[in-house]
Amino acid sequence: MAEDIKADKKINIKGLVCPYTFVKAKLAVEDMEVGQVLEILLDYEEALRSIPKSMEDHGQKVLKVEKINDTDWILVIRKEKE
Amino acid sequence: MSEFTEDQLQRYSRHIILPEVGGKGQKKLLNAKVFIIGAGGLGCPVGYYLAAAGVGTIAMIDNDEVELSNLQRQIAHSVKTLGKPKVESAKNTFESLNPDVNVIALKQRISKDNIMDLIKDYDVVVDGSDNFPTRYLVNDACVMAGKPLVSGAILRFEGQVTTIIPGEGHCYRCLFEEMPPAGLVPSCQEAGVLGVLPGVVGGLQATEVLKLILGKGDVLKNELLIYNALKTTFRKVKVPKNPDCPVCGSNPTIKKLLDYDAEYCTMQ
Repeated sequence: MAEDIKADKKINIKGLVCPYTFVKAKLAVEDMEVGQVLEILLDYEEALRSIPKSMEDHGQKVLKVEKINDTDWILVIRKEKE
Repeated sequence: MSEFTEDQLQRYSRHIILPEVGGKGQKKLLNAKVFIIGAGGLGCPVGYYLAAAGVGTIAMIDNDEVELSNLQRQIAHSVKTLGKPKVESAKNTFESLNPDVNVIALKQRISKDNIMDLIKDYDVVVDGSDNFPTRYLVNDACVMAGKPLVSGAILRFEGQVTTIIPGEGHCYRCLFEEMPPAGLVPSCQEAGVLGVLPGVVGGLQATEVLKLILGKGDVLKNELLIYNALKTTFRKVKVPKNPDCPVCGSNPTIKKLLDYDAEYCTMQ
C-alpha cells in the first residue's frame, strides 16, 4: 500500500463509477500543490485504466496502480502541473 | 473544491473533466454575472446555454410579451407563457433547467438613462437586440464602462457575431461608424429569419461568453464572424481598431450617451 511514497492527500471513491471517479480525482488534484501526491482508493475496475490515462493527458504523473484486496485498488498520482 | 454539492458534481461533470474548465473554471462560471439585452431570438439560446453551463447570475432586459409569432425561434418561451413578459417566461425556463442560476428579469426598455447603472455590476454584456439604436447604445455604453460585449445579429439566413473588449480591440463603431439610415436595413419582422439561425448565432455568442469568463481560448476580438445558413459557410473578417473611432478612438467625439432613437428617426 504505497508505503514507499507518502501521500499528501487520500480520497476514497469506492462505489463511484465513471465519470465521477475521475471528477472526484481531478478535483482533489486541483486543490493540491504541484509536487504533492494523491492516493485514491477505488473499486471500479474500469477507472484503473481511465483515471491514469486522463491524469496523464492532463499532465499529471501516475506513480502506482496496485490491487490491495479482492475488490479494491489504490492509484497514486503526483501533481506535475496546475 | 469540496464546496460542490453532489448534484453539482453530476451536473457539471462534463465541464469539470475538461482541462480548460475543471473545478476552478466551473467555480468561475458559478460566480460570473452576465447581462443579456433582449429575451428574443438571440437572448433565448444565449441565456439557455449560459444557465445550463452554470453561470450564476444572468440578467435579462426586454420590454415585450411573448407572442405566437415568437415561438418559431425564441426557444425559452412556450404556448404556456403567451402574453406574459418575455423576461419572466425566460426566467422560469432557465431556472427550471438549472436552479443554481439566479435569473434577474427586467421588464423594461434599455435606454441611455438606465444602461450604465444596469450593467455596472456585470462581467460580460451580451447584445441580442433587434434594432440599430439599441445596438449602438449598448456598444457605446460598454466602451465607456469598459465592459466586454458579445454582439450578435441575425437576418433572413445570415448571422454575425463579434466580441468587443474595450481598450484592447475594435468596437462596433470601428466596424460601422454610424447607424444605417432608418428603413435601409430591413428588420426580421419585414424580411423574415430562419428559425434555427438565432440558435446557431446565440450558441456562438454563449461560447464567447464562457471563454471570456474562463479566460481560455481566443475570442472574436478585432474580428467579425459571418455565418451564412443557406450556403453553410463561416467567414471571418478582420476588423482593425479604428484610431479615429468616434467612441473608442484616441480623441473620441462621443463622450456621453446619445439619444439614439431620436437620431435614428431623423436619419430617414
